[in-house]
Amino acid sequence: MTIASTAQLICFAALSATLVLGALGVVLLPNIVYSAFLLGGVFLSVAGLYLLLNASFVAAAQVLVYVGAVNVLILFAIMLVNKKETLAAIPGLPLRRLLSGAVCGGLFVLLIRVAFTTDWALPGPLPVGEEATIRIGEHLFSDYLLPFELASVLLLMSMIGAIVLARRDVLSSDVITGESVDQGLIEKSRSPLLLDKAPR
Amino acid sequence: MVTNTAPGLDLEASFEQALEGLGLSPGAAHLLWLPLPMVLVLVAAVVGVLVNVWLERKISAAVQQRIGPEYAGALGVLQPIADGMKLVFKEDIIPAKADGLLFTLGPVLVLIPVILSWLVVPFGQHLLISNVGIGIFLWISLSSIQPIGLLMSGYASNNKYSLLGGLRAAAQSISYEIPLALAVLAVVMMSNSLSTVDIVDQQTGAGILSWNIWRQPVGFVIFWICALAECERLPFDLPEAEEELVAGYQTEYSGMKFALFYLGSYINLVLSALLVSVLYLGGWGFPIPVEWLAGWLGQPIDAPLVQLITGSVGIVMTVLKAYLLVFLAILLRWTTPRVRIDQLLDLGWKFLLPIALVNLLITAALKLAFPVAFGG
Repeated sequence: MTIASTAQLICFAALSATLVLGALGVVLLPNIVYSAFLLGGVFLSVAGLYLLLNASFVAAAQVLVYVGAVNVLILFAIMLVNKKETLAAIPGLPLRRLLSGAVCGGLFVLLIRVAFTTDWALPGPLPVGEEATIRIGEHLFSDYLLPFELASVLLLMSMIGAIVLARRDVLSSDVITGESVDQGLIEKSRSPLLLDKAPR
Repeated sequence: MVTNTAPGLDLEASFEQALEGLGLSPGAAHLLWLPLPMVLVLVAAVVGVLVNVWLERKISAAVQQRIGPEYAGALGVLQPIADGMKLVFKEDIIPAKADGLLFTLGPVLVLIPVILSWLVVPFGQHLLISNVGIGIFLWISLSSIQPIGLLMSGYASNNKYSLLGGLRAAAQSISYEIPLALAVLAVVMMSNSLSTVDIVDQQTGAGILSWNIWRQPVGFVIFWICALAECERLPFDLPEAEEELVAGYQTEYSGMKFALFYLGSYINLVLSALLVSVLYLGGWGFPIPVEWLAGWLGQPIDAPLVQLITGSVGIVMTVLKAYLLVFLAILLRWTTPRVRIDQLLDLGWKFLLPIALVNLLITAALKLAFPVAFGG
């Protein structure tokens, strides 16, 4: 075994371990802020796995989009509405947990079965390496042009939706309640956005 | 790794050849080579910070008609070391109600991406850690990890000012990343490559005249403004605006953890200056191409001594251009007032973003119209 392949194996083991443990942490930890930070770690380890597969452009895009944009916005949302609310106890919580655990376990077993029964074409095609960026560009502007453009339309729609939701003042009446917006703003009780953390 | 056959000092090949001559396997020789450039660049980055701190102290003193540090070493050159020592020996305090784990992890997450980005900074044709094909894109994506560290430290401090500072830092860095990436994209479009080495190579044709700053003046200004905003330098240091937020996300930090923030911001400043010089000021290129100079002096460009000299000139030129930009940044810091947060976000979204888009469009049009001048 050469030094390069040993290093690759060690990297794969470390990345997979952080990926699996991080993903479990995202689901199981009770503190939502920890979950969000761990999600960033999971995205980073996925990017590392892409790097191991010689897909450096995809890895960098993964970091830029998922860690730099998606995860930061998730954190932003969590921290802006950092209210400690006492949630009403859900009846039958242990049973619910058991059921969802069983569903997840079943899914896991199914995936394992698929992974072991599929006849994987190994070794795969030769990695294109640094040519990958050019190849991705060619595909985006030829056979994947329509999905690419449709994705941009989808993003535009969600952007307009977000602006409409955030700026109710552009509409004369509230979309949900139907009453005049300005009136609603005046009458709404002022609640602080940030949690009062000072000890009392 | 891109195989580059262009002439120039290739220390890696020579080093590995020498070791293989001693009877080592190619893999072992490569393994012995790997840590050398990394350690060298790490040391260079830290020394760059020390120089930067000294410059900041001296230039700010000159701007305010003071003398500045003068007792620690000649002209106070040892002052940054004294500053660093003080931070090392300070007590490391974690506030009682803070989240210890995230509080420690935050500054680390801020520093690591910045140091990793030095991977793609070229000081010469072969004088960089790794000529990865996605070069400049790697820097953009790595710099997007930083806000997570800032949010983390802001949240973990359990302090309103810290949380607000962290949120501001993240908002600022997301807003300015987009015009920054668009400005870089215009340069990449002209050089047909994301690799930093290729970007510099494309600017080496006719010395100072072929630098990208003449072809991308608007992009240069956009990039510089955005780089200052990403480094949280005045006039954009809102996340740590003293009179509003005490010190933003740094409020609760002291000792070495504070030093990590400090180090990170200065390394980031030097890195940004280096990348401006790579993208717009011809990187390691001398204002008159060294090939011409060697030709006029009647020296072959491939001779070992000439290569040594051109390599050294390249390093000096890169560092010189970067520090001229750092000087500019320091002058800006000590002469301009701070903008308000709404002005900052307006500038980013309503002014820089449209201009960067138009700049990209015009570059594409010029590239199609004049392929000779704009890298067809």
